Amino acid sequence: MQEKLENYIEELSLFDDIMDKYEYIIDLGKRAPSLRENEKIDEYKIQGCQSSVWIIKELREGKLYFKTDSDTVIVRGLARILGDIFAAHLPQEILNFDTKELEKLGLQEIISPVRLNGFTSMINKIYQYAKDENRG
Amino acid sequence: MQSEMIRDDFAFFNHSDLVYLDSASTTQKPKSVLEAMDAYNTQYCANIHRSSHGLGNAATSKYETAREIIGKFLHVGDKSEIIFTKGVTEGINLVAQSYAKEHASCVIISALEHHSNILPWQQIKKPLHVIQTKENLTPDLEHFESLLAQNPNALVALIHTSNAFGITHPIKEMIALAHRYGAKVLIDAAQSASHMPINISDLDADFLVISGHKLYGPTGIGALYIKKDLHPLCNPYQVGGGAIMQVFYDHTEYLPIPYMYESGTPNIAGAIGFGAAIEYLQSVGYAYIAKHEQNIIAYALEQLSQIEDILFYTQVASMQSNISFNISNIHHHDLGILLDKQKVQVRVGHHCVQPTMRFLGIDGTVRVSVGIYTNKADIDQFIKALKRSIAMLKG
Repeated sequence: MQEKLENYIEELSLFDDIMDKYEYIIDLGKRAPSLRENEKIDEYKIQGCQSSVWIIKELREGKLYFKTDSDTVIVRGLARILGDIFAAHLPQEILNFDTKELEKLGLQEIISPVRLNGFTSMINKIYQYAKDENRG
Repeated sequence: MQSEMIRDDFAFFNHSDLVYLDSASTTQKPKSVLEAMDAYNTQYCANIHRSSHGLGNAATSKYETAREIIGKFLHVGDKSEIIFTKGVTEGINLVAQSYAKEHASCVIISALEHHSNILPWQQIKKPLHVIQTKENLTPDLEHFESLLAQNPNALVALIHTSNAFGITHPIKEMIALAHRYGAKVLIDAAQSASHMPINISDLDADFLVISGHKLYGPTGIGALYIKKDLHPLCNPYQVGGGAIMQVFYDHTEYLPIPYMYESGTPNIAGAIGFGAAIEYLQSVGYAYIAKHEQNIIAYALEQLSQIEDILFYTQVASMQSNISFNISNIHHHDLGILLDKQKVQVRVGHHCVQPTMRFLGIDGTVRVSVGIYTNKADIDQFIKALKRSIAMLKG
């Protein structure tokens, strides 16, 4: 997680112009695979976002992976970053990760407070999945 | 140029390089409003209606003068018909609880109503009837008449100008039609009053609500007009000190309206600021305001209409004071974020009209709204930012 996070921090820090940062996130959003329509159900939907966001977990050999989607391309890009950072880790590793580290992405700067709440909700969903697996 | 002089009246534009195109949400405040509120807080701050000292009298006098200013602004016959509220939302809730709960059989609304003109009626459990729309979101007056005929003693509650789509209802005609069937009419003039004169005597509305902060005044203050003839039918709402003549342990004798509805210490500075805002608006004059804003809206529409894949939801010519649109295959929230990052402040979302959006089969729109200070440079910067945003999202 830390390594991927640092890769994203480095990539995002290359842009002096905020619009370039958005171009990067939009590009990620456009390239991210979409969920099937029958996967876009309330169970996977994130509460607290202005736009619709879905995160689905997949468990392979004890490790969690995340499929993400949104009706807005910018949020799809952000969800993709998060899903990628947490992918291929054991539930306990995810739970041990300090979410404050994610602030280093500088997303506070590029997403508005309302959307930041949405971003927090996305992180919470991933943590909930990790907790569920840990219990399970 | 008058437009530049007007812009100079607003301190916001001296401090900010943002393009503000969200005046339908709230307007910026001219210096005269801030000064009037500051004068109350620094020179004659006292409670009103209860202090017999000179300072209290000075504050009461200014507060009541503000009521007179608003009464004249709306062309009402008697200043006691003007009640200070927190804003349009409180005004509608007050009418629901104090009048409609007992005296209305049901409520007839248009298909463009703000949530604040839907929820209060649900709270009092009155059946809601929605006037069907024709193409371009205009009301079907034949359907309206049939609802009136089928529902005696209805209350009709109509938005004057749509906050979400900028179109204006023919309220004079609709009020007259409602009255022919014995219905009473509430008009939500939150969006219209800053763009066109409101003459209650001429309209013959029974209730009318406005918000100070959409009229270049402060937030947390508004006014509700209740026609004098209906005062005897209106029950107390939120009660307490300042609303009473005599209190006994088993009953209370209330003061007449408006004081019955202004219990507790009101927003004194807000009311005084509201009065100053109306004076400011009148000093600019509606002749200028209408001409200037129509020019700006026409200028914006001319450029927006040339943008590929733009979607409007009503006739272009009927959009006044605000423009609502989408770009095909682009989410309005994406546009909102990118416009914001380019210093352009617009509103995106459902604009508190979810049933209308549902009817149109959309989640929301981008809304651009203007005020007396908006200039063509604002529109130019918005269009430039919009084109860049579209290119980023589509490319």
